[in-house]
Amino acid sequence: MWIRRPDDIKSSEITDEKLYIDRRRFLLTAGILGASGAGLLACNNEAQGSSGSAEVDGGFAQQPEDKLNTYEQITSYNNFYEFGTDKEDPKHNSAGFHPQPWSVRVEGLCTRPGDYHFQDLIKPHKVVDRTYRLRCVEAWSMVIPWQGIPLAEMIKRFDPQPSAKYVAFTTVMRPDEMPGQRRPVLPWPYIEGLRMDEAMNDLTLMATGLYGKPLPNQDGAPIRLIVPWKYGFKGIKSIVKIAFVDRQPQTTWNIAAPDEYGFYANVNPEVDHPRWSQATERRIGEFRRRRTLMFNGYADKVASMYAGMDLRKNY
Amino acid sequence: MIDLNRLKPVAFLLCLLPAAVLAWDFWGVTHNRPDALGANPIRAAEIYTGLWTLRFLAITLAVTPVRELFGLGALAKFRRMFGLFTFFYACVHLSMWVGVDWYFDWQAMGGEIVKHKYILIGMTTFVLLLPLALTSTKGSVRRLGGARWARLHRLIYLCAITGTVHYLWAVKKDTLFPLIYLLVFGLLLGFRLCEHYVGPLRLRARPARRTPARRAAPIADATTNAGSLGDAR
Repeated sequence: MWIRRPDDIKSSEITDEKLYIDRRRFLLTAGILGASGAGLLACNNEAQGSSGSAEVDGGFAQQPEDKLNTYEQITSYNNFYEFGTDKEDPKHNSAGFHPQPWSVRVEGLCTRPGDYHFQDLIKPHKVVDRTYRLRCVEAWSMVIPWQGIPLAEMIKRFDPQPSAKYVAFTTVMRPDEMPGQRRPVLPWPYIEGLRMDEAMNDLTLMATGLYGKPLPNQDGAPIRLIVPWKYGFKGIKSIVKIAFVDRQPQTTWNIAAPDEYGFYANVNPEVDHPRWSQATERRIGEFRRRRTLMFNGYADKVASMYAGMDLRKNY
Repeated sequence: MIDLNRLKPVAFLLCLLPAAVLAWDFWGVTHNRPDALGANPIRAAEIYTGLWTLRFLAITLAVTPVRELFGLGALAKFRRMFGLFTFFYACVHLSMWVGVDWYFDWQAMGGEIVKHKYILIGMTTFVLLLPLALTSTKGSVRRLGGARWARLHRLIYLCAITGTVHYLWAVKKDTLFPLIYLLVFGLLLGFRLCEHYVGPLRLRARPARRTPARRAAPIADATTNAGSLGDAR
């Protein structure tokens, strides 16, 4: 069952930001603010599991309320080095980027590899709404209403072989449209990866839109990864390749500074980054810092995947 | 030739301009222009005041080379003002961090200083600037004696290096701009080393009476120089 192709939504159907907020407010209260602390906001029509467990996560109840960041904030404060290293660069430098037509190459240890046209990639699936906290490794955060497809559903379609232990992603390489790629600030193209169980987790999303609009260029158009319990740099943008592999793939920031950015990059207030303490964060739009939550507040959904692992070592 | 002394009040106001712009934007953020400083105004203000501290440090260190290369003796009177503005912007920068970013959470800030080397070196730079600001008066020069005062104030070269390294270490990956600042300070310090080991550098001839070797210089040239120096007196 599928809902719609994100790129042919009539403008009349695009929800106004204010209306969107009104409509979702009760969901926010129910989901993110709910005692679950999981913040999973699978809404649409089917019961996608509003995780209504009564467990209260640490001091989360005393945390200030989670409020949606504005469309303006989400689209003007971005880390997308392909468009420049300043936070405002992606907004200013991404106008010439063409997110359509787009295709994604699926390869590696799966039975249905191939080049998938963007529309064909999306069409068989139901686009869901997911409002997640996004925690950047630089100790700032936002709350963003994404639309997209759970990665697990997409992966099932490609039918990975049992030997596939990891999923590797690659960002598009277009120095002519992405001025940041003309300077070797990072080794281009950007690459990221997840362990198979992380990729198959309920929370992991392939986002195609935010605030009911197609993903803006500066936020990773037309399709990007969202892994809400990990630092933002794991959320690779403008994906052109998904590969199923048997060994832990390399990741861009880990190559660039291995002592600062690990493969796992789980949000962890107890393990400080050499540059930023991770115990607190500044929510964009707020004056005072707030406490950072273990796994960004999604511990009840993801902590079991790391049971027995030394998270200080596997940062 | 313009009377540089009369420009001093103008220069003073110009030096205040970056602070005024920041104050105006802060007022905007809390009133009618929420995006005046971007999505993360606190971070923006920290970067802004930090960069202006380094810029004023560079301006301060540029006074002597410019004065000597172009024979603008009167510039000497601007050096203390620029130096104190460097300290002023360093104070604003530190206050942003203490009062706005961390909201006087002393324990957390203590942890930050110990844990992160870029904060430690930034704090060190501020501590090094303190004695320079405190001994900036004419009375201090008299009390300390010119030679000792000058020796103490050589700390500014160290501040230039530690301040830029603070910037370099704070930057996540794109080190282009910190390296440009480092290059500028390298040139400014290089000028001193060059003067020390090679001798005075001059782009414009000094007036005949002070440099006998130049006595043969064209008359017109000599008069302009004399004029500019005359203004300095």
